[in-house]
Amino acid sequence: MEVTEAVAIDHGLKKEEFSKICELLKRTPNLTELAIFSAMWNEHCSYKSSRKHLKKMHTKGKQVIQGPGENAGVIDIGDDDAIVFKIESHNHPSFIEPYQGAATGVGGIMRDVFTMGARPIANLNSIHFGSPQHKKTRNLLRGVVKGIGGYGNCIGVPTIAGQTTFDESYNGNILVNAMTLGLVNKNKIFYSKAAGLDKPVIYVGSKTGRDGIHGASMASATFDDKIEEKKPTVQVGDPFTEKLLLEACLELMADNSIIAIQDMGAAGLTSSSVEMASKGNLGIELNLSEVPCREEKMTPYEIMLSESQERMLIVLEKGKEEHAKKIFDKWNLDFAVIGKTTDTKKIELIFDNKKVAEIPIDLLAENAPIYDRSWKKTKLPQKLKFDKDEFKSLKLSDCLKKILSNSNISDKKWIWDQYDHTVMGDTIQKPGGDSGVVRVHGTNKAVAASVDSSALYCFSHPLTGGKQIVCESYRNLISVGAKPIAITNCLNFGNPEKEKNMGEFVECVEGITEASKYLDFPVVSGNVSFYNETKDKGIKPTPTIGGVGLISDYQQMLTMDFKTDGNLVYVIGKTDGHLDQSIFARELLNEKKGPPPTVNLFNEKNIGETVLDLSRKSLIVSCHDVSLGGILTALSKMCIKGKRGIKINSLKGLTNKYEYFFGEDQARYIVEIPKASLKKVNDILNKYSVHFDELGTVYGQSIVYKDDINLPIEELADAHTYWLKKYMDS
Amino acid sequence: MRSSVIIFPGSNCDRDMDVALKKFGFKNQMVWHNDQSIPKSDLIVLPGGFSYGDYLRCGSIASKSKIIKSVIDFANSGGLVLGICNGFQILTETGLLKGILQQNKFLNFICSNVFIKVKDKQNKYFKDLKKDILELHIAHNEGNYFCSDDELKSLEDNNQIAVTYCGEDGVENESTNPNGAIKNIAGIFNKNKNVLGMMPHPERMIDKYLSGEDGSLFFENILDNFK
Repeated sequence: MEVTEAVAIDHGLKKEEFSKICELLKRTPNLTELAIFSAMWNEHCSYKSSRKHLKKMHTKGKQVIQGPGENAGVIDIGDDDAIVFKIESHNHPSFIEPYQGAATGVGGIMRDVFTMGARPIANLNSIHFGSPQHKKTRNLLRGVVKGIGGYGNCIGVPTIAGQTTFDESYNGNILVNAMTLGLVNKNKIFYSKAAGLDKPVIYVGSKTGRDGIHGASMASATFDDKIEEKKPTVQVGDPFTEKLLLEACLELMADNSIIAIQDMGAAGLTSSSVEMASKGNLGIELNLSEVPCREEKMTPYEIMLSESQERMLIVLEKGKEEHAKKIFDKWNLDFAVIGKTTDTKKIELIFDNKKVAEIPIDLLAENAPIYDRSWKKTKLPQKLKFDKDEFKSLKLSDCLKKILSNSNISDKKWIWDQYDHTVMGDTIQKPGGDSGVVRVHGTNKAVAASVDSSALYCFSHPLTGGKQIVCESYRNLISVGAKPIAITNCLNFGNPEKEKNMGEFVECVEGITEASKYLDFPVVSGNVSFYNETKDKGIKPTPTIGGVGLISDYQQMLTMDFKTDGNLVYVIGKTDGHLDQSIFARELLNEKKGPPPTVNLFNEKNIGETVLDLSRKSLIVSCHDVSLGGILTALSKMCIKGKRGIKINSLKGLTNKYEYFFGEDQARYIVEIPKASLKKVNDILNKYSVHFDELGTVYGQSIVYKDDINLPIEELADAHTYWLKKYMDS
Repeated sequence: MRSSVIIFPGSNCDRDMDVALKKFGFKNQMVWHNDQSIPKSDLIVLPGGFSYGDYLRCGSIASKSKIIKSVIDFANSGGLVLGICNGFQILTETGLLKGILQQNKFLNFICSNVFIKVKDKQNKYFKDLKKDILELHIAHNEGNYFCSDDELKSLEDNNQIAVTYCGEDGVENESTNPNGAIKNIAGIFNKNKNVLGMMPHPERMIDKYLSGEDGSLFFENILDNFK
């Protein structure tokens, strides 16, 4: 096939990009070379629209061992232990084929983590679906949950936390973001930078098939009516093989045989070989006839573009081939020497004894296009003036029940019951809490992790929204008694070629950066997913933050369930009653306008540190941050989990009870305090000069507030717990 | 007491079992599926997981693995063989235990705490157990036990039903049956009661910071009965 501009465009390249390729190569590429360019230059692999802005992110910190740019980020948690973690999107494939799309998303992110020598110890996920009324939602949700479970359960890594939301902007583009944490000795971390000449390049894992060809280009384009035709570009996962690959790799990593290792993810063999050579400033020669293939007569083009799962590329020390082969034989995995490192700084491909491609590496990596796309600022919407007389017709208890059963608030047990969350025997906080927590095996330490996103806030005002999610992640970790350390982010946006979408991206990143800098909560890894758009309808901007924190003594971990009758309940942080963009405004007033709540980073940090101090001194026995749905929603969850009620005080100087109870002001936590610690708690709160309200007392089996609310916990639980199950069964 | 945990490719509760056994004082060793023989043991454990990817049928390929002949010989000579979850599935596939484990009634994987009632204490696993109802944990997609009427009758006649799903108060009915298992069966014995297969995972419930600690009673009791 002759390579023309039209062929290049078919491969997802732009006209100008094709001319640039010809110019750089000083000739027209052949088809295989074109394929390699298209794989490396697409948005998914090259970050060409985002790179300029990602550079500004706050990525350094005392505990950061490895920031963005590797397979995953790495943080130091003391005693030579390090946590490797990252979040990644698998949105496009999951919409086309929910089970396999989600499953291979989980498989891919776990490989990113064990590629670095870490044993995965926890999985999380953030999944977003269209409106519950949309005809595809139920099946997509069922398929995605089964896919995530099918993969993670089989590998034997607990899924400890997650987030699920519904919004009509995802009707044509669901989001599936998967996150994995792994544990590694900080002196035994493996990187993807090749080093040394003439070192054997090894292929291990599954055989290469024709699945997933053009997967990365598919993820770099918007959807149209013909998305069903894209099904063959979705990879098919085999968790059993991944489990074997995990064990085999960790076994080989126990000694010093590996120089560099990289998993074959998006754009398969192409991107893994180019990245390893590029980082090592080397060349690489691959003999594609040696690649283990699943199907007959695969061409170099297909071999280079295949996204078959569960494969790794390794640069090995010379002479270690036999030793390594023995390990992979033991685990029944393919093992082939397919090439070597060279000093040419080119990627050279041999097939049937002929050279079939030759490209200087720097053209694929450093010379890949970078775009400074134009973007538009989003103005802060005007604050709404609610007609408070309208509220009077609303009964507080009815409002509460309605909010608790809202699709975005309601309990997601139906989902996480399908994920193995206890395997490995160290899960000490299950899904459903503020963060999932696993112990660092055999130590007193525990690691907490949470995933968060606030698409409504980000849509209303991206800069504030970006800040807010970092703060929310920070709070979710503190709420379980963990010191926040670092974050990973998955930036899900629409089409970057549109000014509005690009502006959302730029300003969310700005917000994330500002907050993570202030809170000393650096970004160590992440990925960008653009083009989440179908037929011109883009998603709401949905950056997802995966936060990781450390509890130095796991016995000090906090949970949100109320513990003992008679204990006092405080809300720490000030409540102004911000209703714009709240669930209350949406669900009860059908009001979608207005700005998101203001983020005050000083307060976030100061109040966060106060709560952490209280928990370290074991002065509080339960804790929960106040977020979506406000104080009353947060209290209800604490009651439901603890199977205990609360008697709420008549609050003095309350301007409006609806604003107070349902407002979504930031930087607030609810804590339960035993009477004996009260004085010490008050002293600490005063020392940090933080505002707090004495909210009430844990008592009985109902939530009671003056004559307004008297709801048995069981009734609340019913509203909160069963919405999703009923929805899925209907 | 010496124990051996068999590792099949795809086992994923092998380490958890090793940790639990050692915590309570077993001298445990790990045995690879391709080994010819099992070191001298008083208890052999087939752990949970997805042996051989659970391809074909859960546990079926493992039941034809190299090591399994030694397991069967050990069981037939009266040795204690415990299969948890996938291990239970493997034991039914070998024929050491009767019946089969089908997909859960509601077709979903279930990961949850459950209560189980100990139905028979005339055996080396449960003799003198301090509680009659234990809170344990299940995590499976194929735990729906089924057998023929004749097999069920013989299980009942010989007191081979080891544990059943129940409520906290011991009530066994449809609402306390998580997966649709016939007669709420969560675990069974062979005729000699030296082979026990059960779906719940005691190894995940061994300290108070986990989902519970009734698993500790299970392991401690086996040790006490061995003394």
